[in-house]
Amino acid sequence: MSLILIIEQVLNGLQSGVMLFLMAAGLTLIFGVMGLINLAHGSLYMIGAFAAAAVAGFTGSFALALVGALAAAAAAGAIIEITVIRRLYASDHLDQVLATFALILIFSEGTRWVFGSFPLFLEIPPYLAGPVTLPGGIAYPKYRLALIVAGLAVGALLWFLIERTRMGIRIRAGENDREMIAALGVDISRLYTLVFALGAALAGLAGALVGAIQSVQVGMGEPVLILAFVVIVIGGIGSLKGAFLGALLVGLTDTLGGIFLPELFKLFTDPATAQSAGASLASMSIYILMSLVLIWRPTGLFGAPA
Amino acid sequence: MIRERHLNIGLLAGLLAVALWAMLADQPFTITLATRAVILALAAAGLNIALGIGGLVSLGHAAFFGLGGYVMGVLAYHAQTYTPLELGPFSIAGTKSMPLIWLAAICVSGLAALVIGLLSLRTSGVYFIMITLAFGQMFYYFAISWSAYGGEDGLSIYVRNGFPGLNTLVPIQFFGICYVILCLVLYLHARLARSPFGLALNAARQAPVRVLTVGLDPTRLKLVAFVLSGAITGLAGALFADLYRFVSPTMFSWQMSGELIVLIILGGVARLCGPVVGAVVFVMLEHLLGGLTDFWHVWLGVILLLIVLFARGGLIGMVSGRAVAHD
Repeated sequence: MSLILIIEQVLNGLQSGVMLFLMAAGLTLIFGVMGLINLAHGSLYMIGAFAAAAVAGFTGSFALALVGALAAAAAAGAIIEITVIRRLYASDHLDQVLATFALILIFSEGTRWVFGSFPLFLEIPPYLAGPVTLPGGIAYPKYRLALIVAGLAVGALLWFLIERTRMGIRIRAGENDREMIAALGVDISRLYTLVFALGAALAGLAGALVGAIQSVQVGMGEPVLILAFVVIVIGGIGSLKGAFLGALLVGLTDTLGGIFLPELFKLFTDPATAQSAGASLASMSIYILMSLVLIWRPTGLFGAPA
Repeated sequence: MIRERHLNIGLLAGLLAVALWAMLADQPFTITLATRAVILALAAAGLNIALGIGGLVSLGHAAFFGLGGYVMGVLAYHAQTYTPLELGPFSIAGTKSMPLIWLAAICVSGLAALVIGLLSLRTSGVYFIMITLAFGQMFYYFAISWSAYGGEDGLSIYVRNGFPGLNTLVPIQFFGICYVILCLVLYLHARLARSPFGLALNAARQAPVRVLTVGLDPTRLKLVAFVLSGAITGLAGALFADLYRFVSPTMFSWQMSGELIVLIILGGVARLCGPVVGAVVFVMLEHLLGGLTDFWHVWLGVILLLIVLFARGGLIGMVSGRAVAHD
């Protein structure tokens, strides 16, 4: 258990946390502004990844692939908002769960129909391939480092958008009082479509970025969706700050738990038992974290009190 | 328009008739399909107590379904390998007896529902949905990484478990067992909905503050409903695993939780036989559309969307013409 390994794993945890943040940010915005629980957010992640793989296959350019992912996911988001989601804002959560569950079925099987069941691969571009040497002589994959930077940059951009622009003011106003801003002459349904498409684009971007280090396949979105749910439950629904902190917490716990819990158990029992017990506990660690946060603060770290 | 009560009786009788016809026509596969529908209906009927009467949208009921399945799998596995099950200081012999397995499944899943309910009911609304989903996933990943009982591959048992006086390997007899349990649970649901507890629970769903002011604790009412609901779904899980003589982590998957909700919505929320209609239609769709195309889930999704957007009250609501199930 060397220091280098620990630093590497912390960076891996940060990387997965930052990508989770992109997912969770969209979910929490959509919930905060429209009061909608969107299970199909994972499908938008998948659409981003598939669009990126398809564009990269045609053009060979990773940058174009990312643009394609953003555009495809935002377009898909806008289309489902206008055709389906819009009718659900006034419904109860049960209807929202059902309708977005139906959307998952349609998107997942539809994608399987179009692209087949075999996973696609998205190549890491040559200028981001290979390791980079960090201060202290730690070799770390350049691409993963780029993901951390990209995620943080998008996070900063999002913060600027929400806190410092006119559109951000409208979004925040929409969270507080939708009737009032509608009365003040803001086209509320266009604002909702915009927020939904923004959330979708973030999910699509995350899907494309992560797609290059994992395989691009049907069903890739749902595990991430559930992690993103854990993130926003921990952070507090509707809070971007909470989503960011929650995402880093979940990313780090998940990554470090998988590595260090078996090692920790080896101090007490024989290696085989330690390996399996550690792995089992590690797979549950983020849910245990979530339970602990809930016992302490039922509305999450930054959630508004109920 | 047909009265809902007549519809329910006709539905249950029809289900029995299909199975009996299949027995006479020597079509064991149809009996298996009918048994599958009955067991899924039972699982959804369990959820219907929490969701329908209590308004608790649990997206994690697969946890109880899977626990029931694994209780059966683990007990039968230890019985067929003649090894005792070591639980810390206790050592339990495995069993192949259905009643004992059911009792264990009910206890284990009820206990899990108590713990999950205690934690989840601290919150409500969307938080509740997400938290139950997350707990369901926790069990899923635990089952995958639990290599002692097959991990990702699941666990097979060789022979279906026994019930005193019956030969459970005969499809119609196993169907009969499941059918009787379903009818008992539906009866329980009907009695419960009209009992003081059911009325209080219904009130706790609609106006928790009022319930609180008359001196009842809405959280406790919901918790009891959640535990009862989880225990019934767990029992269904044990039967489901016995039907296929196989358990795997997919019983814990969140799609399973989603499908249980789908069954209820298809039939109609809070309607006594909503889960039965939902399960029968679901199994028929699965069989018919699944035979036509590999991508039948697309059509299931489309049907579901249409029902959510246009047919409030589910299929029973469409036939009986009443929008609200109970008031």
